[in-house]
Formats: sequence, C-alpha cells, structure tokens
Amino acid sequence: MSLWLAIVGMSVATFVQRASFLLLPPHVQLPALLRRALRYVPAAVLTAIWAPELLLQKGVLSLAPGNERLLAGIVAIAIAWRYRVTFGTIIAGLVALHLFDWMF
Amino acid sequence: MAASGIPPLEAMAMSILVYAGASMLAAAQLIAEGAPALVVVLAAFIVNLRLLMYSASIRPYFAGEPLGRRLLVSYALVDNPYALFIQRFGAHPEAAGKFDYFAGLAIPIWLCWQASVAAGLLVGNQLPAAWKLEFAAPLAFIAMSIPLLRDKQMVAAAVSAGATAVLAHGLPLRSGLALAAVVGIAVGLLAERFWEVKAA
Repeated sequence: MSLWLAIVGMSVATFVQRASFLLLPPHVQLPALLRRALRYVPAAVLTAIWAPELLLQKGVLSLAPGNERLLAGIVAIAIAWRYRVTFGTIIAGLVALHLFDWMF
Repeated sequence: MAASGIPPLEAMAMSILVYAGASMLAAAQLIAEGAPALVVVLAAFIVNLRLLMYSASIRPYFAGEPLGRRLLVSYALVDNPYALFIQRFGAHPEAAGKFDYFAGLAIPIWLCWQASVAAGLLVGNQLPAAWKLEFAAPLAFIAMSIPLLRDKQMVAAAVSAGATAVLAHGLPLRSGLALAAVVGIAVGLLAERFWEVKAA
C-alpha cells in the first residue's frame, strides 16, 4: 500500500513541478535570481545522483584503482564529454566495467 | 525497476503516471531499501526539480495556448522533448506551430519510453546478474549530466554538488541529495559572480 502511496505522491509532485510555471498568468514575471538559480539545477542534481555510485564502495570513499566502478565511470565521462551520446556512453561504461573487473 | 522488487503493474503505473525516468530510478533504489513513501516522494521531487526549470523556461512559448494544451505540455515535459524544442525555437517564442511541433516530439518519445519500460519489465529479470546491468543507471545519469557542463559555472555547480552528495551520503532520509542541490546552485551563482567580477 505504501508503494501506491509513493506512486501517487510522485505523480502529483512531478505534475505540479512541470505545470507550475506553465499555468502562471502571462503577466507574472519570475525574479531574475530564481531564473539564474534554476539554470544550475539539472547539472547539480544529476551529478549528485551518480557521484556516490562511483566514489563510494559499501558506503566508504574509495579512490583506489580497485574501484572498477570509478574507473569505468571515468571512461564513460570521457565518452560523454567528447561525443555527447547517451547510448554510447552507457555501452562504453558497461564494457569498461567488465574490462576493469577482468583486469583487477 | 524490476530488480528493486516493484511488481510489474505498479512499475508500469509509475511509468505512465509519473513519467520521469530519473526520479523513477532514484525511487526504485529507495523502495528496494525499504524507505517510507514520504522519503521516496521527496527524493523524486528533488530529482525532478529540473522539470520546474523546464516549465519556467518553456513558459513564454506556450503563454497564449489554452489551458488544456498547457496541461498536456506539462505532462509530456521531459528532458528530450524539452531540449529538442528549445533547439528548434530558441530565440523565437512568437513563431507559429509550436504546439504541433512539441506534440510531434512528445508523442513518439512517450510511446518509445513506455514500450521500453514494458519490455524491461518483461525480460529484465531474465537477464544475468553477471552482466552488471545495474551500473547502467549511474551511466545514464552521467550521459545526461556531462553534456550540460558548457561553462565554468556549470562545472563548479556540478562538482560541488557531486562532492556534497558523496560526503553527505550518510545523512538520514537521503537528505544528502537536497543538500547537494542547494550547495551546487549556491556555488554556481557564486562562481557566476566571481568570474563576472574578474572579467570586469
């Protein structure tokens, strides 16, 4: 039951977020500071999601070469930076993960 | 999604009702950990803060449209149609055919997305764990976030948010994500000010 509660809650929250500004009357202007702050939201939030997945091993910071996820993530970052392709980044990261896992 | 123990019906309902992939991945992780519904909803809200930004950004293009159309645009407003729409209409909010163009993007994207989720639910559990496909989730977020880093301020916001998320991962109720968002935004704004002053 708590799962359905989460689904309904997420649906409402997400719809409100998307509709928020689209439903404002046309003459309402957003404060400049808010508009500037909102620009940083995607980069900040998306990075905050993946960074712990790469840098933590069992909840502990791990920068050693034995951390295959970090190494594979670096490969994926390089591909994403250079080619800006979603599917290619995912494939490259998965291949790199298996490669590093096999090497170490 | 399948790996997190969400039954297929609930997962499909979530996909159609919520229709925001990044928050669903985050939610699936939390649900697998047995987090309470409120925590899941809050995490989704934070992950989807970028949709608030899209809503603000796309508003001038649809200000003249009837309410029903604006509600439809709201529902379909996810990363890809937003990015493609802005690429096409960019500096021309007064150009004609915006709603039709958006619908032309949003409908095929919606169909592909729902079909992919359904396919994943059908075969996902049969894929061998040795393929390490769970790593595809962070990789997808890397693929989405790296192309956004077009200037120094953006990099500063992303790096500080990532570092905060790592350092704050032990905080209760996944509040590290909210903290990371706040730190990232603040650092981005400060970096903007810093480089402006330096350039002046």
